[in-house]
Amino acid sequence: MTDSIRFEKDSDNIVTLTMDMPGQSANTMNADFRAAILATADRLEKEIDAISGVIYASAKSTFFAGGDLKELIQVKKEDAAEFFQMVEKIKAPLRKIETLGIPVVAAINGAALGGGFEICLASHHRIAINNPKTKVGLPEVTLGLLPGGGGVARMVRLLGLENALPFLIEGKQVNPEKALKAGLIHELADDATDLMSKAKAWIKANPKSTQPWDVKGYKLPGGAPSHPAVAQKLVIIPSILRQKTKGCYPAPEKILAAAVEGAQVTFDEACTIESRYFTELTTGQISKNMIGTFWFQLNEIKAGGSRPDGIDAYTTKKVGVLGAGMMGAGIAYSSAMSGIEVVLKDVSIEAAEKGKAYSEALLKKRVSRKQMTQEKADKVLGLIKPTANAEDLDGCDLIIEAVFENRELKAKVTQEAEQFMAKDGVFASNTSTLPITGLATAAKDAKKFIGLHFFSPVDKMPLVEIIKGEQTSDETLARAFDYVLQINKTPIVVNDSRGFFTSRTFGTFVGEGLTMLSEGIHPQFIESAALQAGMPIGPLAVQDEVSMTLSRKVVDQTRLDLQAEGKDLPVTPAEILTNKMLDEFKREGKAAGAGFYDYPSNGKKKLWPGLIEHFVKPEVTISLEEAKERLLFRQAIETLRCYEEGVLTSVRDANIGSIFGIGFAPWTGGAIQYVNQYGVREFYQRAQELTKKYGERFEPPAILVEHAEKGDFFK
Amino acid sequence: MSTDAFIYDAIRTPRGKGKKDGSLHPVKPVSLVVGLMKALQERNHLDTSKVEDVVLGCVTPIGDQGADIAKTAALAAGWDDSVSGIQINRFCASGLEAVNMAAMKVASGWEDLIVAGGVESLSRIPMGSDGGPWAMDPATNIQTGFVPQGVGADLIATLEGFSREDVDAFAVQSQIKAAAARKNGKFNKSLIPVTDQNGITILDNDEFIREGTTVESLSSLKPSFQMMGQMGFDDSAKLKYPQVEEINHVHHAGNSSGIVDGAALVLVGNEKIGKELGMKPRARIVSVALTSTEPTIMLTGPGPASLKALEKAGLTVDDIDLFEVNEAFASVVMKFQKDLGVPWEKINVNGGAIAMGHPLGATGAIIIATLLDELETQNKRYGLATLCVGGGMGIATIIERV
Repeated sequence: MTDSIRFEKDSDNIVTLTMDMPGQSANTMNADFRAAILATADRLEKEIDAISGVIYASAKSTFFAGGDLKELIQVKKEDAAEFFQMVEKIKAPLRKIETLGIPVVAAINGAALGGGFEICLASHHRIAINNPKTKVGLPEVTLGLLPGGGGVARMVRLLGLENALPFLIEGKQVNPEKALKAGLIHELADDATDLMSKAKAWIKANPKSTQPWDVKGYKLPGGAPSHPAVAQKLVIIPSILRQKTKGCYPAPEKILAAAVEGAQVTFDEACTIESRYFTELTTGQISKNMIGTFWFQLNEIKAGGSRPDGIDAYTTKKVGVLGAGMMGAGIAYSSAMSGIEVVLKDVSIEAAEKGKAYSEALLKKRVSRKQMTQEKADKVLGLIKPTANAEDLDGCDLIIEAVFENRELKAKVTQEAEQFMAKDGVFASNTSTLPITGLATAAKDAKKFIGLHFFSPVDKMPLVEIIKGEQTSDETLARAFDYVLQINKTPIVVNDSRGFFTSRTFGTFVGEGLTMLSEGIHPQFIESAALQAGMPIGPLAVQDEVSMTLSRKVVDQTRLDLQAEGKDLPVTPAEILTNKMLDEFKREGKAAGAGFYDYPSNGKKKLWPGLIEHFVKPEVTISLEEAKERLLFRQAIETLRCYEEGVLTSVRDANIGSIFGIGFAPWTGGAIQYVNQYGVREFYQRAQELTKKYGERFEPPAILVEHAEKGDFFK
Repeated sequence: MSTDAFIYDAIRTPRGKGKKDGSLHPVKPVSLVVGLMKALQERNHLDTSKVEDVVLGCVTPIGDQGADIAKTAALAAGWDDSVSGIQINRFCASGLEAVNMAAMKVASGWEDLIVAGGVESLSRIPMGSDGGPWAMDPATNIQTGFVPQGVGADLIATLEGFSREDVDAFAVQSQIKAAAARKNGKFNKSLIPVTDQNGITILDNDEFIREGTTVESLSSLKPSFQMMGQMGFDDSAKLKYPQVEEINHVHHAGNSSGIVDGAALVLVGNEKIGKELGMKPRARIVSVALTSTEPTIMLTGPGPASLKALEKAGLTVDDIDLFEVNEAFASVVMKFQKDLGVPWEKINVNGGAIAMGHPLGATGAIIIATLLDELETQNKRYGLATLCVGGGMGIATIIERV
């Protein structure tokens, strides 16, 4: 009947609605779909006497992908009324079909997420092909949205508040088996044929059907919000929620509100309440930030946006990892997990084996958590060969050195290893600070030398910062890029510079925190400001993790390097503070058991009381907002400088790199999107104010001035 | 020109343990009020047709306390049909608000004689059982940064540096003073025993007092708000108090106000009606004040409310002879004392709610009775009653003996 939804009736009068949106690889809830579902519902209603049941099915490899994000990201505040009406309109046909009285089945052939799963929820019976890789769920919250197609109203009525909330607020996705257990679906099928036959069988067995919540006498599972047991929990749930969000994320809060408010009124009213909150989130800035970065920009990156064109994709077969410490061991693990053969080399076989044991421990955990079979784990582990012999690197098409940050050592291992590398192989350095161009001078061929900056712990951190040296070739870059994707990590590409992008910007965050302490601001206030700004950890806590000894080494080395270039590195308040902590108070950081924090063996870390005594000046106070802004502005301005200097070449790499690499507040959509969403002109003005008050580190770079003057966003 | 509002009488029930085994649990809340109404009528030879309104505070006006318990009680007490009744709720200030409202009615010149007071049977209707959006509606809860009062009390202690020993020592003093007051008959003037329909006494003294309480005996009590704090409320509070690393949970059942049942009534009228009915005024209501402070810490209202009442009265802290500061939690009174610099000898000289309990809707009227009795005993002039109140509110009333 329409292009998007095929209407086919079989001899048993069962109508299969096959969703197959033209020109798209997946079905989405766009204008075409809205028109099609509206027409479909009308036709079903009109022909109801000759229809015995309805099956939602998909002609794509997935069932349905959800809302149309291209459309959602463009909805503005002034479109709210129109958007609200549109959302209400899309729910009406699903509701109409759900209440025709005839059985409605969702035949879930593949992933059914977001809007897709909402269609399933609008069915009386849900059957999914039992493919463990298929995911169902409502991940809207991860993009700052809520399930606005009846998802909140139906999930709450299906599972009750307590059981529905994790799926709604955390966006938990599950495979069909787990979905069955959780009560999200009713039945599993073996394959497509089985799926359709089970769907039809259920229709025949249930000629009359309604949703549980449309049956008279229906009671909310687990009790209504006024039930004492539920009420008691409701009082604290908002606080538990904000422990995680720190008030930075409106979506989980609005979902909770829509769920609880909706549970106290009729189904239709619950849907309308949901539409109102959905409209609020969709027209709000934070969903724009998150959709723009976590959907569009991340997809661009994964599609090779920063990869040179015209070079064939390359699959790395054998990777050599030099240095089996924390980083090397992690790189070996991540590579082996993707089926790449790994030679893990260290100076002694014991050290190399210790590095391999890291993988063994991680795999063991996976097996015990039933995330992997023993057989698969053995296979992964078998891919890692620990060795002390450079000859074992023979034939590696990628060698990554992960030895200490020492130029001479790096040069030595590079030369020792590269003689065994495959002829067209690529040599990479996992350095976090040393300029690649300089390191490349030790290599036979600087064109084949590149930086691959992994983050610790490698197995958990999703980002790899790829650093192009002056002479690094496009082929080398493409290979490195492909390798990063191959090990399921996200690559950003930067040009060579001291500290590249991530380390340099990360340093400004820590530096600003330490500067505040040196001004006399209460240390807890600084830490809280960082957390409330959306950073995952405070600057003092993270400095303790890094250790002040290491930071001093980096500063000393940088100063020496700059002096060699005839430049000066001015002493900062942060440096003076670090020196005082090290020299006067002998507090190096977490590893030493004493830094800005005390680390009691039997409990939580606590701020060292000496900080109050030696640094805090009660007369120095700044507003929380200003403290938050100092921490975020400082990083955003440094990011803009990197962009201006060409260290960063794209806004998407800046955004994704800042969030995945250094934990820049995710609600902002990244360090440059933070500027956009603040208002470029407003950001510029505020940066000027901060410069006046706190110094030239906040000085707006020329690129910011230009954009502010023109009123342009960074794109 | 406004009319002076006088207190002609102030009476209360003893406070019974607010649990199933409390002496007043079998007594209906309406009966608590009716008993007092009858006593008030009797001891003042009151022509009830002259009473224009009964204003009663009640914080959880549902069930046994629902449906305008003030009018219901007036009817049940057999008072004249012409007597009106209104139940009000300003959380813990309800009882004092009733007195203040009565004073305003009289001072405005529009009404002559009002019975104010309050009632709460916490053994029957637990606090919070009426729900409400502040805690129960997620959107409101989030917007206002709701945390339970106990966490706010612990936050005060944390910010002010009151240790567990400090607050426990305060609680012990409350017990010692209350026990002494009971022993010395300090409450006799206003205390009306609760009796049954036959006149048989059910309770004639404040049964919640724990004599012999020591800092040591309190030290074994577990903090009441630590677990819920750690579950999430502490972090909610810390969002507003970013300088706090960790909330020191010092309050427990022994240094927080007791959960009890009780009621109180205060007879408020102008000079003319007193003369007409042959009653002698005991005190003048000098000024009243309300204010509200930051709602998450919630319990810092008494200081600012008292200063506001003093300013309205043209008095200073030093002019006040006796203070009744409701002992919702030890830290609340300690902060009040610290901020206003009041000598301890003037505050809660006969103990407070930590020892005797806090029947939410009645307490404000109870402490007016206690304050007036003690002013008379000591032959002093000015007294100030104040309470911390949910939502950050604070209330204060200044009275002057006449």
